[in-house]
Order: sequence, then structure tokens, then C-alpha cells
Amino acid sequence: MAELQNLKQLCTQVRRDIMRMVFNVQSGHPGGSLGCTEYFVALYGAIMKHKPAPFKMEGRGQDLFFLSNGHISPVWYSVLARTGYFPVKELHTFRKLNSRLQGHPATHEGLPGIRIASGSLGQGISVAIGAALAKRLDGDKRTVYALTGDGELQEGQCWEAIMFAAHNKVDNLVVTVDWNGQQIDGSNDEVLSLGDLPAKWKAFGWDVIKLDAGNDLESVINTLKRAKRRTGKGRPVVVLMRTEMGYGVDFMQGTHKWHGKSPNQEQLDSALKQLPETTLGDF
Amino acid sequence: MNIQDIQSTGNKATRDGFGQGLLEAARLNPDIVGLTADLMESLQMQHFKKEFPERFIQVGIAEANMISIAAGLATAGKIPFTGTFANFSTGRVYDQIRQSVAYSHKNVKICASHAGVTLGEDGATHQILEDLGMMRMLPGMTVINPCDYHQTMAATMAIANYKGPVYLRFGRPAWPMFTEGLPFKIGKALLLGKGSDVTIFATGHLTWTAVEAAKELLDQGISCEVINIHTIKPLDEKAVIESARKTRAVVVAEEHQRAGGLGDAIANVLVHNFPVPMEYVGVKDSFGESGKPTELLDKYGMSKKDILWAVKDVLDRKK
Repeated sequence: MAELQNLKQLCTQVRRDIMRMVFNVQSGHPGGSLGCTEYFVALYGAIMKHKPAPFKMEGRGQDLFFLSNGHISPVWYSVLARTGYFPVKELHTFRKLNSRLQGHPATHEGLPGIRIASGSLGQGISVAIGAALAKRLDGDKRTVYALTGDGELQEGQCWEAIMFAAHNKVDNLVVTVDWNGQQIDGSNDEVLSLGDLPAKWKAFGWDVIKLDAGNDLESVINTLKRAKRRTGKGRPVVVLMRTEMGYGVDFMQGTHKWHGKSPNQEQLDSALKQLPETTLGDF
Repeated sequence: MNIQDIQSTGNKATRDGFGQGLLEAARLNPDIVGLTADLMESLQMQHFKKEFPERFIQVGIAEANMISIAAGLATAGKIPFTGTFANFSTGRVYDQIRQSVAYSHKNVKICASHAGVTLGEDGATHQILEDLGMMRMLPGMTVINPCDYHQTMAATMAIANYKGPVYLRFGRPAWPMFTEGLPFKIGKALLLGKGSDVTIFATGHLTWTAVEAAKELLDQGISCEVINIHTIKPLDEKAVIESARKTRAVVVAEEHQRAGGLGDAIANVLVHNFPVPMEYVGVKDSFGESGKPTELLDKYGMSKKDILWAVKDVLDRKK
């Protein structure tokens, strides 16, 4: 349980990082980042077998992670830094000129932990499938993880990938959908309804796991462990993870309005009051 | 090198050279993986599939998925060769190539058949004439358009040993073979015939047309230097500038829009280094249509007579 406490503390610190990074440059995407904090902390802190340094692009013998909805880069950068991929102080450079921490994740500047650029939506499941196929060819038993947004599933390529993975029994793959129900122009239901999402994934041949408490760290860890146990059985695994956009900062919670908007000083102060600095320390 | 020594040894499609080259490269390198989007035989990838079934990936009619899967395979250390028509290899998947392949520096080989009007009867929906331009604009992308069966085979094998994203463009029709035994090096222009009055730079199918035009012009007392530019990017700038300095008149021949292709690439180099009278042989801002390859090359201004006219035009301007 001590470990769980540490990871909970990490969640709080990551949320502080997100708010401070976005505030510093007055740009970035805090809403989805806050909502996926438990997922990233669980994945990097309790689920994946991975080696932060020296970072190896090919990641042989390691679990791999691909972020399809690249705009939630703040949460990923914070977690990567705080799990040893690069110095925590580098979070100061987020979205600034000459930084490795680009607005959307990229390999171009050589930031450890990033294996491919993302930002233009809909490509990440396909990329993860490619990496999973490579592992299969190499006899590498590790798992490939990917996160996609829910609104992102409006991109047709996602369904090409979903169809492919089931047909080809890519069963060393765990895709998680950040099912917060929100996108830039409103809710999914207002913009373009996703319909019965679990039924759709099932109909495409995936092993579907629903997670209703995507902002409860223990639930996320247990669900991802369950997902991992269900790999290797002839079907790709998807976790439909209900989260709340902006979770952890009361005025950002549950609305699409903070998708790509930065807080002002007053809002930052209010947010940081709700997220007291931990022993890990601010960047 | 004498242009009269360049002889055709028969006809075979460049895509056949790709199919054979892929097989040979795969025998040498176990990391090579082949992907297709329901066009295995059009790309002549059945030979690869037969010998390496576990390394062959049928993606179905889903080109975007194919390019991104290839990027994922490359991330984890494989050397993926994707195969579909040039149209579906570029315009349809430009964003996937841009973000997941070019910007991410992935070792993906995008192999594109049925480029240009020589695709023939299928018509303009499939006859892409903008692909070289699109691929050339992407930072870090190597762009190769081989001219015959042998060169396509050599290029396919060469790109397997080159680390980085590549666009390899070839075509459908049986076409004269004339480069057997000639060297192939990525980024290195190939001199086919020395000359002094005018230089014809040619890529792809029109290289043979340029050879034939140069032979005819020689009979009329005009000495053409014929240089095959198989690698459009990175361009062999030294070879371009040196030949332009020598002949002071340049014609560029390609099965592509005049905008964005080899002509523009060469114009760009010359305008900064050694401007000379220059003519383009290519498509003038138009889509193609159904017809036989030679009929289409004729109608859209890419036949031997178009090269002859272009040469005479630059020679007039040179005076």
C-alpha cells in the first residue's frame, strides 16, 4: 500500500506540473491531461516493464506505449520526467523555442520516451499495431499499450486499425480509450455521437473491458492488470475508460471548455491550492 | 559514354523490377517486412509472400492504416516496404506519411506503382502526376523514380540498405530495358551519353524517350548530354550544375506535372547557381484520361517529339 500512496502523491504532483506548464506558456491542453493522470501514473508506475535510461527507440524486451491523442502531451511529459526519462527541470521548456518538449509529442528533437510524433489524430492505434507485429515477429513477449481519445474515434483510420487488429489476432496489444465524452466543440453526443461504443468494439472482434472509475488510481491499476492478463488469447484488448476531463481542478472538471485553454494567475493559484505541492517538489 | 551505345534489350515493367528487388533484398535482410493494401500482384509482391509468408502483411483496402502500421514496425526495428498504387501511396495518405514517417524519421519504404499517365486505361483517378512534388516537399524524404526494370531492382535493393524514409516510384507498362550493368547509387546522377550542345535530364519512363530523342538529334548534328536523375531528392546538384555549365542549355523530361517535380528541382538549383535557358517536358497543369500509355504520353506532351521541340527551343534561346 505504500506504493499506492506514492503513486497517489505522484498523481497530485503531475497535476501540479500540468497546470504550471500550461500556465507558463499560456498554451497547451490541460483538460484531457488532468483526466488521464491516473492512467499515465498507473501505466508507467505500476504496469509497464520499461527502461527509461538509456532510452532505446526499438524497446526490445520492454513494454511500449504510444499516445495517439498527442495534444495531452503535458501529462505524458510530466510522467516521463518523473519516471526518469529526462530531467524534471526540463518541464520548464514546454512549448518554448528550442525545446525538446514540443506542443505535440515528437521524436525530431530526440526527447527520450517518445517513439513517434502524434497530434494529427487517428494514427496511434495503427502505429501500436505495427510495433506489436514487430514484437510478434521477434518473439518478444512484451505488450504494446496505446491511448486514444474518444472523439478521435471519429477518424476513419481508427476503425481500419480496429478491424485489422482483430482479423490478425494482434493479442499483445492493449488499447485504452479516454472516454470522457468531450471534444473541442462540445460533447461527443453533440458533435458526432459514438453510439454504443462497447458494442462497436465487440462487433469488431475485440476483448472489451469497461472501466467506470478512470480517475481512481487503484481501479485503473487493477483494470490494466486485468487487461494485461487477457492478452495472448487471440484477441486485442480494449479498455473503455471513463474519465472526467479536468479532473482534480474543480473549475475545469467535466467540461470541454478547458480542452485547449490555459488558466490565468488567479485560476492557477486556485488550482494549486487544490493540489498541494508534494515531497517530490515542483519543477 | 556514348548515347549510341545505350540499347534496349527488350521490354519489362519497372514494377517487375521492384518485385524481384524486394525478394532479393529480403533474402539478404531478415528485418524486411512487406505490406500491401489489396494490390499484391499489381506490385509483384507475390514472390516475396511465397518465400516469406510470415513477413508479409495484407492490410486490406486501408492505406492510411498501412502507412501507420509501417511506421510502428519501423519504430520497433523492422524495415517495412509498403506497396500500393502511387496515387494511394501519396495523396491519400499524405498526413500519415508527414507525421508518422517523415517527421518521425522512420525507416519506411513507400513503394508506389502505376505512377503517371502510363497507367493507361484506368484514367485520371489513378494517374497521379503530383506525387513527386508532394514527396519532395517533405523534409528528409528520399525520392527515387527509376527508369527501367534493372534500375528499379537495383533501387529496391539499395533502399533496403539505406536508413531513412524513401518514396520509390515506378510504373505499370512493359518498357525498354537498358541499364543492366550500369551503376546505381542513391543520390548519384547517371550519365548515359556525353554531349556539348544541350543537357537532357530525365527521370523514370521518359529516360528512354530522352535516349531516343538524343540519338535522333545526333543524326541532325546536335550533341545532347543525357543524364538520368533517378534520385530526385537528394538531387545530385554537382552533376546538374557541371553539365549546365558545359552545355548552357537544359531540358528536363519527366512523367509528372511540370509543377513540383524534377523540372522544378533542377530549376531551383540552376537559378541559384548557373541560370541557363531551360525547358520542361511534362504535363501542363492537367489531369490525364483513359487511353494507351503511348497515346497518353503523346497527347499530354511527353513523347519523343516533345523532347525534340524542347531541345530546339532551348538551343534557340541559347544563341
